[in-house]
Amino acid sequence: MNAIQIENISKRYYIDHQRKNGGPSGLKESLVNGVKSIFGSKSSENTVSEKEEFWALKDVSFDVAQGDRIGIVGHNGAGKSTMLKVLSRITEPTTGRVTVRGRIASLLEVGTGFHQELTGRENIFLNGAILGMKQAEIKQHFDEIVAFAGIEKFLDTPVKRYSSGMFVRLGFAIAAHLEPEILIIDEVLAVGDAEFQRKCLGKMKDVSDSGRTILFVSHNLTAVQSLCNRAVFMNRGQMVAVGETGQIITDYMSKINQTSLIREWLTPEQAPGNDQVRIRKIELIPQFEVGQTRIDVRTPIKLRFEFWNFVKNAKLNLSMHFNSMTGETIFNLASPQIEANPGLITGEVNLPGNFLNDGTYTITMMIVKDASTVLYHLQESVMFEIDDYRGGVEWYGKWPGSVRPYFPFSIEQSEEVNV
Amino acid sequence: MTQETIIEHGRSQKNYWAEFWKSTELFWILAKRDITVRYKQTALGVVWSVVRPVLTSAILFFAFGKVAGLPFEEGVPPKLATFAGVLIWQFFANSLSQVSHSIVGNSNLVSKVYFPRLILPTSSVMVGFVDFLVGFVLIIPMYLYYFFKQGFLPSWQLLFIPIFLAMAYLAAFGFGLLLSVMNVRYRDFAQLTPFIIQFGFYACPVAYSPVNIENESWYPIYNLNPIVGIIDGFRWTLMGGHAPFRWESFIPSVIIILIVVFSSVAFFRKRENSFVDYI
Repeated sequence: MNAIQIENISKRYYIDHQRKNGGPSGLKESLVNGVKSIFGSKSSENTVSEKEEFWALKDVSFDVAQGDRIGIVGHNGAGKSTMLKVLSRITEPTTGRVTVRGRIASLLEVGTGFHQELTGRENIFLNGAILGMKQAEIKQHFDEIVAFAGIEKFLDTPVKRYSSGMFVRLGFAIAAHLEPEILIIDEVLAVGDAEFQRKCLGKMKDVSDSGRTILFVSHNLTAVQSLCNRAVFMNRGQMVAVGETGQIITDYMSKINQTSLIREWLTPEQAPGNDQVRIRKIELIPQFEVGQTRIDVRTPIKLRFEFWNFVKNAKLNLSMHFNSMTGETIFNLASPQIEANPGLITGEVNLPGNFLNDGTYTITMMIVKDASTVLYHLQESVMFEIDDYRGGVEWYGKWPGSVRPYFPFSIEQSEEVNV
Repeated sequence: MTQETIIEHGRSQKNYWAEFWKSTELFWILAKRDITVRYKQTALGVVWSVVRPVLTSAILFFAFGKVAGLPFEEGVPPKLATFAGVLIWQFFANSLSQVSHSIVGNSNLVSKVYFPRLILPTSSVMVGFVDFLVGFVLIIPMYLYYFFKQGFLPSWQLLFIPIFLAMAYLAAFGFGLLLSVMNVRYRDFAQLTPFIIQFGFYACPVAYSPVNIENESWYPIYNLNPIVGIIDGFRWTLMGGHAPFRWESFIPSVIIILIVVFSSVAFFRKRENSFVDYI
């Protein structure tokens, strides 16, 4: 029997272009528009046309069998999170129908509803109740939760004094002890240190081994691969494929490996950004040797960027996250800070050859103010692929690692003995 | 049998109310959270729940009773009557502002977890209720004072206190629910609520008695304010028969409160599934 049956789910949002001028939509605008439309003024038609339809989900259908562990993969904005929100009844679909059999619990965030002023102990009960646990259940698992999170000493400290690591550990520990028939998880593994992530994955395996149904969204393909038996590939709100995990991930990787080395927007109106900054251009220029046409591990790369700044006397710097295909950030490059005034800001950075290993990479661009506030960030701004190259190495297996530096290596036979 | 849930556009869950009643634990734990957090990092703590109504009553008694010289009904102890008005008014006003803020104030929950949203406004009233109970204890020394001063005794009317408390609760809940829904979309209502409360303070017989205006031609219109009936009634319960029971304000109050509660719950139910898209 199917635990979840999803039939032609669509979800529509309206993007309100009237808000362009800064403030959120106010009562006044609505009243003015309401009055205008009552009196049949033509301007009300213009108002309607300024609202743009956006389908976050379009005709998605698939079934989840009891005990299935389904991974949902796709780009940012593919509709994965909207899907989970519909399934966890946080928002309702515009059309379509979902039938869920069994008690459902969703974990879209770690530590939902934690109150900063309350102690760890109080928050365990609060968060548990919010996630749908009975107080008796929480009491029963209380010691396990505390041990799993490793916060015994801080049980009666307000969580506002917790480190971010402790906060996340406590949040996950509570959620891990939920016992629903269906568990929905969104990207929670994106936080916490490596050690804790391993612990979480282990716990989730235990949960799934006990026959419960899991829906899991993550950018971390390694995690999806090791946890899920089936996967759904989504793109622009539509379901592209559903099937066995390995197959879907190969599919996904091949579809997204279409590299794009330049992104450019001609006017600020079209450009991604906000009132403070808008990105004009990001370009990746490989420094080829004569006759070379593809980037390989030896190729130095120049990255050039341009963005519009609209803030006076702002101390800005640009930060770039280099991400691998499995979603991990390999390293971060940050530019020096400049005193910026409204206008165009340009810059470039050079990556040496013999640095990144072969593979596909994306760059997240972030414009940062005062070294701390992220004014805007653009995920997957450019995507590029680095081919393999082996000169003088007689081995053709997959070269491990994220980087492939070429350091002078010396090796010699320093002594010879006759045998 | 496993429970089956159907998710569809505009489908009001048939078992919504069953689910609502099953969420009583969440109701209490959210109320407990609000109450515990209320006086964290304050030196006086719960004493504030006493200080506020006492000081308010004192200054009102000075302004309305001494300076303006507005009388209460014959035999009604004026300080006690003022205090009673302040207590029930503050319960209503605090609850109203808590309820109207309950959805936006818990937006982190609304956007991440499902539960019957009606739990939020209903439980947010508990903070004001605890304040009320703490303040209410002060009625006892006041009774003793008036007993020794003028032989004043409360009477059977005390038994009707819960009725007027329930009315105050429902009025705050009904009006607050409308505001809370509107507040999700237009934060203008967050600005409006304190103003309504300030305005209502003078429009309701908090610090004076309707005895001063009952002969005016507009007195029936004045009684259309449902809070008038609640304050009149609450005062009647505490005054040992010296304050009259005012049917002329009680009946409109009950009718209006019932209409508002039913229509606001319907309005809330209609909108609650789209909260997350606007919050």
